[in-house]
Amino acid sequence: MNRALWPSTVIGLATGWIAFCLVVWLYGCSPRAMAVLVFEGTWGTSYGAGQVLFKATPLLFTGLAFDMGLRAGLVNIGGEGQLALGSLAAGVVGAHLPANTPMFAALPVALGAAMAAGAIWALIPAVLKVRYGAHEIISTMMLNSVASSVIGLALGAGGLALVGTVRTADIVHGARLPRLDVVFEGFTGSAASFAPLVGLLVAFAVTASYRRTRFGREISLIGANPVAMRAENVPVDSRLGQALVASGALAGAASLGTVLGYKGYFEEGLGSGAGFVGIAVAILGRGTFVGLIFAALLFGTLQQGGLAVNAFVPKELMDILTGVVVCGVALADRRFSRLSKGAA
Amino acid sequence: MGALGIIASGTMIAQTIHMAIPYACAALGGVLSERSGVVNIALEGTLLVSALASIVGTLATGSALLGASAGIVGGALVGLLHAALVVRGRMDAIVSGIALNLIAAGSSRFLLRALYGSSSNSPRINDWAYEGSSSSILRTLLDPFVFSTLLAIAFTAWLLRRTRFGLHLRACGEDPSAAQAVGIRVQSVRTAAVVLGGALAGLGGTALAFELRQFQSGMSGGRGFIALAAVIVSGWRPWPAAAACLIFASLEALQIVLQNQTRVPGQLLAVLPYVATLGVLALVGKRKRGAMRAPAGIAKDPE
Repeated sequence: MNRALWPSTVIGLATGWIAFCLVVWLYGCSPRAMAVLVFEGTWGTSYGAGQVLFKATPLLFTGLAFDMGLRAGLVNIGGEGQLALGSLAAGVVGAHLPANTPMFAALPVALGAAMAAGAIWALIPAVLKVRYGAHEIISTMMLNSVASSVIGLALGAGGLALVGTVRTADIVHGARLPRLDVVFEGFTGSAASFAPLVGLLVAFAVTASYRRTRFGREISLIGANPVAMRAENVPVDSRLGQALVASGALAGAASLGTVLGYKGYFEEGLGSGAGFVGIAVAILGRGTFVGLIFAALLFGTLQQGGLAVNAFVPKELMDILTGVVVCGVALADRRFSRLSKGAA
Repeated sequence: MGALGIIASGTMIAQTIHMAIPYACAALGGVLSERSGVVNIALEGTLLVSALASIVGTLATGSALLGASAGIVGGALVGLLHAALVVRGRMDAIVSGIALNLIAAGSSRFLLRALYGSSSNSPRINDWAYEGSSSSILRTLLDPFVFSTLLAIAFTAWLLRRTRFGLHLRACGEDPSAAQAVGIRVQSVRTAAVVLGGALAGLGGTALAFELRQFQSGMSGGRGFIALAAVIVSGWRPWPAAAACLIFASLEALQIVLQNQTRVPGQLLAVLPYVATLGVLALVGKRKRGAMRAPAGIAKDPE
């Protein structure tokens, strides 16, 4: 990781740790005992570690999604809706494939459907921004609410759900991503699939593309100085729109770990929350490969650790910490100082 | 009575006015904050925190008045935090807003579990007796929340246009460097504006919770963001912003009436306020000049 990023990372983590101790202590529990519980419930056993990987994977994708926007100077807080519609698409397409579709065809089709759905949902704010100048913060937020209605409508009135439930039919066998315990015995029982490994590859490809592809370099430079890029005859507006759409596709791909790797179907609310925690992943991860992986693992650990302490301290403690860590990092890092320009 | 009859009825108008209060108060908070140059997407979290604070206050003290005060103070505290991070800490206002919204959502559910052992809603408050759906327009206007919201709108408009503080506030929002050069303490003025705005939004959160007589997890439901859209459409002015909020609220009220009256699926109607917001943003997005433009010094620090 870039050396300049260390101080703010350390400050962010320290702030989070202090907040953890403070809240737990105010609640009347021992911070040390709770920290031990968190550790034992996560990295202490191979089952716990598998659960952390399972929780961290969607966060890595939504983190990558928010980070891609951030690079271009966009604030895509619509990851939640893009992920939800992507998950629905993965579940529906995965279930409607012929039953004997082989994995090499079924998995890419289902994942492609998820990414396409996320991308289409992000296309709306992209068009609103590029054609009509509407700032993406409010529009993506509104589309999160619209997405949950659309999903309710599709499952209910649209007849996509099994009768009397809020879930879709099972996806075909070929579209299921194998569990990790096929290879590593220790993960037996945990929800971890091969999705974390795919996530690792995607994260590497996406972060490398910012240096190695024309599109990646252009959006990074637009984020740094849109005026200069316009002067260089780079089509700034369409690049911004494309970045937002690509960001939506990445958010949609987060369904890989939940629909395709775990449940095998989509149900209302599956994966919800990952869109917002992904923002924290992107801010703590600061766009580097190692940083994003580390941040996704950290917040995955917090989510799983929340379950471990839930009997003593409400697991919502971890949501508070997520926001606190974001504050700590952003206060210490001057990189987060230009986003609001031109915002409303 | 048919759907049309209900829409035109006094009940509907009264309901619309009630529903507009959280939007309008949050929009006033947005106007004050953004006219001073501080982007405020933390309004969503402000509504949530103040709604919870008002219910906790009411249940703890047994007095609705003290509860409402707690709600307003809670809103002001969120504003103070936002101002501390953005104005003093020089943190990006959008990141701060996102973080505060996360913290507000998390801590409200945490406190619900901690205080009432439920992750979805608080116990109900009883001793708040007003006719929420009163058909008489006059009674609606005399409802304490409607009345204080009208006062708050008038106060904000007066403050911005007629007072020295308002002049300083607008100067900080238009050109912070120039404001500082003539001796205005930009940081103090902005902090005051955001805290006051938080208090006004807190009034809205209180009204939201009192309307349902309980706190529900995530009950702000995007209203803070819709209020921001109203701020933008109105050209950052109090009365027009409140009027825009009334239109959004009428869509929300319409949706509830139609849900009971027609066979159109509820989810289709529930998106009305959100889709309207998208449409409105698209309509005004390219407008950059004249009286309707954004404050020029927004998100700028004095040099």
